[in-house]
Amino acid sequence: MDASASLETHPPSPDSGATGGQDRHQHQGEHEHHELGWWRRYIFSTDHKVIGIQYGFTGLFFLLFGFSLMMLMRWQLAYPGQALPVIGKFLPHIFGAGTMPDGKMTPDFYNSLGAMHGTIMVFLGIVPLAFAAFGNFVVPLQIGAPDMAFPKVNMASYWAVFVGGTVMLTSFFVPGGAAKSGWTSYVPLAAIADSGPGHNPVFNGQTLWLIGFIFLITSSLLGAINFIATIIQLRAKGLTWMRLPFFVWAQFVTAFLLLLAFPPLEAGIIMQLMDRVAATSFFMPAGLVVNGAAMHISGGGSPLLWQHLFWFLAHPEVYVLILPGMGIVAEILANNSRKPLWGYKSLVFSVLTIGFLSFVVWAHHMWLTGMGSTVSAFFQTTTLIISIPSVIILSAFFISLWGGSIRFNVPMLFATAFLPMFGIGGLTGIPLAFNSADLYLHDTYYVIAHFHYIVAPGTIFALFAGIYYWFPKATGRTMNEFWGKVHFWPSLVCMNVIFLPMFLQGMLGMHRRWYDGGQGWTLSGDHVWGLSGFQWNTPISWAAWIMGLAQIPFIINFFWSIKHGKKVNDNPWEATTLEWTAPSPPPHGNFITAPVAYRGPYEYSLPGRERDFTMQNEPVEPAERTRRKAVEQPVLV
Amino acid sequence: MEIPYTISTRPDTGLWNAKVGIWLFLASEVMLFGGLFSAYIFLRLDAPPGMWPHGLLNVPVGTMNTAILILSSVTVVLAWAELKMRRYRRYWWYMLATILCGVIFLTVKLVYEWPQKFEHFGAYIKPQALEKYEQYLGNKHAAEKGLPPRLEITGHLHNREALTNPNIKEYEVALDPVNADPTNPAMDRPHFLYVPPTDKIGKIDKEDVERATMFLPTHSAYFASYFTITGLHGLHVLGGVLVFIYMWLPVSKKVYQRNPEHLANRVEVCGLFWHFVDLIWIFVFPLFYLL
Repeated sequence: MDASASLETHPPSPDSGATGGQDRHQHQGEHEHHELGWWRRYIFSTDHKVIGIQYGFTGLFFLLFGFSLMMLMRWQLAYPGQALPVIGKFLPHIFGAGTMPDGKMTPDFYNSLGAMHGTIMVFLGIVPLAFAAFGNFVVPLQIGAPDMAFPKVNMASYWAVFVGGTVMLTSFFVPGGAAKSGWTSYVPLAAIADSGPGHNPVFNGQTLWLIGFIFLITSSLLGAINFIATIIQLRAKGLTWMRLPFFVWAQFVTAFLLLLAFPPLEAGIIMQLMDRVAATSFFMPAGLVVNGAAMHISGGGSPLLWQHLFWFLAHPEVYVLILPGMGIVAEILANNSRKPLWGYKSLVFSVLTIGFLSFVVWAHHMWLTGMGSTVSAFFQTTTLIISIPSVIILSAFFISLWGGSIRFNVPMLFATAFLPMFGIGGLTGIPLAFNSADLYLHDTYYVIAHFHYIVAPGTIFALFAGIYYWFPKATGRTMNEFWGKVHFWPSLVCMNVIFLPMFLQGMLGMHRRWYDGGQGWTLSGDHVWGLSGFQWNTPISWAAWIMGLAQIPFIINFFWSIKHGKKVNDNPWEATTLEWTAPSPPPHGNFITAPVAYRGPYEYSLPGRERDFTMQNEPVEPAERTRRKAVEQPVLV
Repeated sequence: MEIPYTISTRPDTGLWNAKVGIWLFLASEVMLFGGLFSAYIFLRLDAPPGMWPHGLLNVPVGTMNTAILILSSVTVVLAWAELKMRRYRRYWWYMLATILCGVIFLTVKLVYEWPQKFEHFGAYIKPQALEKYEQYLGNKHAAEKGLPPRLEITGHLHNREALTNPNIKEYEVALDPVNADPTNPAMDRPHFLYVPPTDKIGKIDKEDVERATMFLPTHSAYFASYFTITGLHGLHVLGGVLVFIYMWLPVSKKVYQRNPEHLANRVEVCGLFWHFVDLIWIFVFPLFYLL
């Protein structure tokens, strides 16, 4: 079978390379569907690919925005109380005079930045990008479907996240500034922040945070329902469950996590909203005294209840952040090591096990609340058990590289960097799982370093890998390799300069929420490699700012390549899964004829083949059958 | 390619797309109300003796509403069955009945039950002043009988301006029966039938009051969860009614004429949602009205 046969779902045309992706898209749209106006085609579109790209731009924007908030905070941590040069003059005009008078950050503004950095990165950056953008664009293509099961619901879910994001952004500009009680919004602190006389009951940071969150939750729920229904119902003929690409499995489990974990938080959000707007006491204990005055509330509420509801979402959320990343990495590792993913079945069952277990580990975030040792023992046990499937997945990824003829292109660089970075993040989580060790490490920079190693050089690297990898499918062009490497290497170095010292800071006892970066405590701190915990803030901050600069090549490369990147064929990476049988960019409806899957997702380097990859839609030849049996029989006997 | 299985079933799953979707949605709804009900359990277990009110809701009205909602669940199934038998006219009537049931349920909630609460008044007495109001509270009697202590005096507030005007020193309350005659054994348990406040006026010195409000969400953890859960449930009922109205209007007849199975599927999906809303009420009713 020659190379063109694998692309049988659309007739190869001699001018397909020269026409340019955009034109082809329009032509085929005319063939099969009546012409839609510009607004319906690009803004209020129901096409999963357009929605995926909308999600992608939204997610990337919020990642950059959330990162900018952190770069501001890093100034205050490295140079506490000093005026921020140049930018400091302008910021009070944007965020209000009270936030950075004379370029010096106020504690309230610092708290706002911290709370919003967490919220934006998790719920508006990574979830829209990892789950919604990649899921929307790639999953229907990989399962050979024409679209998502519910295209209108899909559009609604994007516009819900858009409204939610807008509300979150707006909250920076209301009197008092954005939410400032941490991304966890622990009560009663969050319930009393910016409330009472002198505050608008609705237009204040914390209330807008809650309202914005309701939109984000709605979006995730609609998206999750759509993904699961799509994967169950719209798989192409022959694409059985065990022939699904691992990325689809990862998205499937992720969707279940969102579907079942978000609603309890929504319940909590509704109750906190009632506490703030209708003066109830769901989370307010009796006899609460604020600023020396007793609160006029009924009391009888439970602060611990909020933490349970919050972490019931927020722990599965951790897996929502990492599983799509793992899925992307799996695709790219198999593709670029030119051999099948090692242990496909164990990967699938591991990801399912993670899905189940992630619902019974949440209280390990609450060791210090005095839940009692019995509860702690239970959650400590489940937490350690959940590390087993995670280790299986990572090990299978490493073994997949063994003996492969690896191509180190840009997606592969990011994907391989994911492995040790995720490994560091995961292994440093084990001390936190033991509540005795966590009593010391809780709420220190150690925790920050641990989970950032998982989501920043972990998930975000996986997302970059995915962008470089599927960019040709979306545009018909590749991103520039050289500038991709200029993006990759400084990012990798800076990530480690940022987060590795944070383990040291944390072990020295530096608290994660200190506004002055631990300045007051610096004299009592031990020195590591010549610097005290506080002094490490300066190199960390510089690394963060340099990493900000390192993203510029990516941004330019990304936009430049849309129009001017190198044109490539429909399967530039010589991959096996079904999305590469569709034209690049795929037309509305994706495939001209319904694809049929005849084999598993990672049939690379099959013996006796001309090419080192065999696509899922290539029928199994009779000769192949007998050859396989001949290999199997001696093993069985 | 067009999206498959929008109306016909996929052979290996035996389902059309929306049916998968609605069951997933209901799973998330179970978690949403599960979160709220677990909050109820948390708050109720945490409540000190005497701080979880009983018998403040109107049981017969609640029972009637329960029956109406169950009836509407039956009519929606009949409507779907008529569609399956391709009898649009009958479907139309059953759907109308379902919509009316939903509207009656909401009307009873919004016009009668909630406003009646907003008109009711309660004052929690400070622990050191409980003795002084023994004639209204009957705590000695309660202690003898092994009942939880009574900490609150309830009834109809005659001088509503007392809530906001600091110059008025006392509340004048037309007492509820339990406070008018606290030692009567008939008051030991909540009444099944609603009994209005008596003519007996009780005067409560503001000095002795820990907290006094109308029966609003802010009154107590009990009313906070009552209004939140019934409010959210009411929104679900409202959503269901609106969708049913859409399916009952002529615009859906066109769907029926094009492909009757399409409308039947829509009604089935919404019917599943409606049953779920009904089921939630089956939990709400005992938790707030009876227990």
